Amino acid sequence: MKIYVSRDSAAKAVGADRVATAIEAEAIRRGEQIEMIRTGSRGMVWLEPLVEIDRGEGRMTFGPVAPGDAAALLDGTLEGHGPTEEIPFFARQTRLTFARCGVIDPLDLDAYAAHGGLAGLRRALEMTAEDIVEEVKTSGLRGRGGAGFPTGIKWDTVRKAEAEQKYIVCNADEGDSGTFADRMIMEGDPFTLIEGMAIAGLAVGATKGYVYLRSEYPDAIAVMRAAVELGRRKGVLGGDILGSGRAFDMEIRAGAGAYVCGEETSLLNSLEGKRGVVRAKPPLPALEGFLGKPTVVNNVISLATVPVIFEKGAQHYADFGLGRSRGTATLQIAGNVKYGGLFETAFGLPLGEIVEEIGGGTATGRPIKAVQIGGPLGAYFPPEKFDTLFGYEEFDANDGLIGHAGITVFDDSADMLSMARFAMEFCAVESCGKCTPCRIGAVRGVETLDRIAAGEADALPLLTELCDTMTDGSLCALGGLTPYPVMSAVRDFPDDFARHKEAAE
Amino acid sequence: MTDIVPPTADEMREIIAAHQGLEGPLLPILHAMQDTFGYVPEDAVALIADALNQTRAEIHGTISFYHDFRRAPAGRHVLKICRAEACQAMGGAQLAAATLGKLGVDWHGTNANGAVTVEPVYCLGMCACAPAAMMDDRVAARLDEAGMGELLAEAGA
Ligand SMILES: Cc1cc2nc3c(=O)[nH]c(=O)nc-3n(C[C@H](O)[C@H](O)[C@H](O)COP(=O)(O)O)c2cc1C
Ligand code: SF4
Ligand code: FES
Ligand code: FES
Repeated sequence: MKIYVSRDSAAKAVGADRVATAIEAEAIRRGEQIEMIRTGSRGMVWLEPLVEIDRGEGRMTFGPVAPGDAAALLDGTLEGHGPTEEIPFFARQTRLTFARCGVIDPLDLDAYAAHGGLAGLRRALEMTAEDIVEEVKTSGLRGRGGAGFPTGIKWDTVRKAEAEQKYIVCNADEGDSGTFADRMIMEGDPFTLIEGMAIAGLAVGATKGYVYLRSEYPDAIAVMRAAVELGRRKGVLGGDILGSGRAFDMEIRAGAGAYVCGEETSLLNSLEGKRGVVRAKPPLPALEGFLGKPTVVNNVISLATVPVIFEKGAQHYADFGLGRSRGTATLQIAGNVKYGGLFETAFGLPLGEIVEEIGGGTATGRPIKAVQIGGPLGAYFPPEKFDTLFGYEEFDANDGLIGHAGITVFDDSADMLSMARFAMEFCAVESCGKCTPCRIGAVRGVETLDRIAAGEADALPLLTELCDTMTDGSLCALGGLTPYPVMSAVRDFPDDFARHKEAAE
Repeated sequence: MTDIVPPTADEMREIIAAHQGLEGPLLPILHAMQDTFGYVPEDAVALIADALNQTRAEIHGTISFYHDFRRAPAGRHVLKICRAEACQAMGGAQLAAATLGKLGVDWHGTNANGAVTVEPVYCLGMCACAPAAMMDDRVAARLDEAGMGELLAEAGA
């Protein structure tokens, strides 16, 4: 009998280790032979600690499982959810980037290869750099870090740049609230990121890569470091990747708790050992990036999606999606939601279907009041806008952004003035300090919102003005987009701003 | 967790030497200092500046930019409570307030018996099982006051 328990940090954070230990102890007590495999996450976070048992008829899911359930689990009397891949939340997905996540032991390179891993890299090794870039362009892949820039075009700029040394830098700073896809794939299928970075290296002529990984993710750092070590030992990384005579190696670097270091130029400064201040563009990092050399900076999911594009072909990937948003979005359904987790699907689902059907509405059972999409710089959407289709242009047209595809649900107890205030406070805490509208404006924003809360209605136009100044006068999107959550709250939830007025009168 | 005896120059030089060959060695050095000593000692600044051919002001500037690096030892454990939106949606702000109140500290403060220093953190990637907190390197999620109480008890607070 095979038993699978996730080692993803979200699973462990709700007791997966204790459950695994209890199952092993119970098996020993009974003298029963079990094979325990610690996998990544299946993405069904609301079922964690989730246990899968395979008695020879495929993997069956149980969860949430408590340590005290071990006996019933082994008896076969514990009520479960049936075959894992038939659970509606799972069955409805199109798993490309996350195909292996939750299925295999993340540090088992043989299992990785047996499930399609390394096929993309092998194919890329047979291609010219130009053809590799062309394949990425054909896939339609756009940056999953937030800005949605076409990945193939970025790679082409770096490919064409002349330099002795070029770099691949993976942005694993994942600071947005409501997001965890980067963490989940790094903990659950680290080799797919390594493979994607190696392919990027072949495409642009870079032999060295860095993953800048936030320090808030110690588990992901540990798994990635172990995977790089193993990759070197098995010849996936190093001076002769897969016996091709080509070189690519990489290092994992820990961030230091600054949200702005997710901005690519700030990240490069930080990687160089400087203050994480944003650099003015141009020069583009593609031409003058890490240590002044041409550098690809891509998000974890962008890079981790590259292997499947090469394994299945660019057209296969491009055939999914909506409009100019090709392929799959790795939705992270979070916050006050019944079925929270990672849901990979073709672009194009209506927001309402995502939060109400797939997410099952709120965890508290109260009506949904607002949904923030795209992290702390993303707009709050009211239910009236739930027909917005999930795509870059579609959200843009509705004064929002999809960002890193984090979707945070709030029930009707949320106070949108407080959320607007928090957005300003966050900007003030995390500002790199370079621009006055961001550094000072955010502090003023908090004060102004406090005045509105105290009933000063005339402070509202001031807030609007302040937001305009931040939008126009900020160098990067931290100062530039903080007005999104703030103004969406003002615009779409006017009662929360007026109620405070009445209360004070 | 932290050593009360200040580290010696040799100990610090050893850490610097172990990372000096890296491209962009400063953050790895600072992390290694903090992992080893629990903070970045003031005396380390001159040694690092020397080794990396930078000014002390530059090294200071970098250390002060990042929320992670502390200039003095913390309590025996560091508790980071998530303040970000997804945790707020699940009562994170109330949990944080209750925890701070119970410990009798404000953010960044250390409780009376020195067991725990509390820091704010903005997202731990636990947004689908919020609210969350991290005791040293261990994450806990779907927390309520009882769960937080267990974490604090284990830490001796
Ligand atoms: C304040 C700020 C924070 C950001 N944080 C991240 C992040 O955590 N991860 C990320 O991939 N991109 C982040 N970005 C976007 C990056 O600047 C950049 O667009 C991205 O890394 C490019 O990779 P991609 O094209 O693969 O998305 C952030 C941008 C800003 C302005
Ligand atoms: S907008 Fe804010 S974070 Fe961005 S560069 Fe300006 S000061 Fe720095
Ligand atoms: S300082 Fe010039 S744009 Fe910010
Ligand atoms: S918002 Fe708290 S863990 Fe993400």
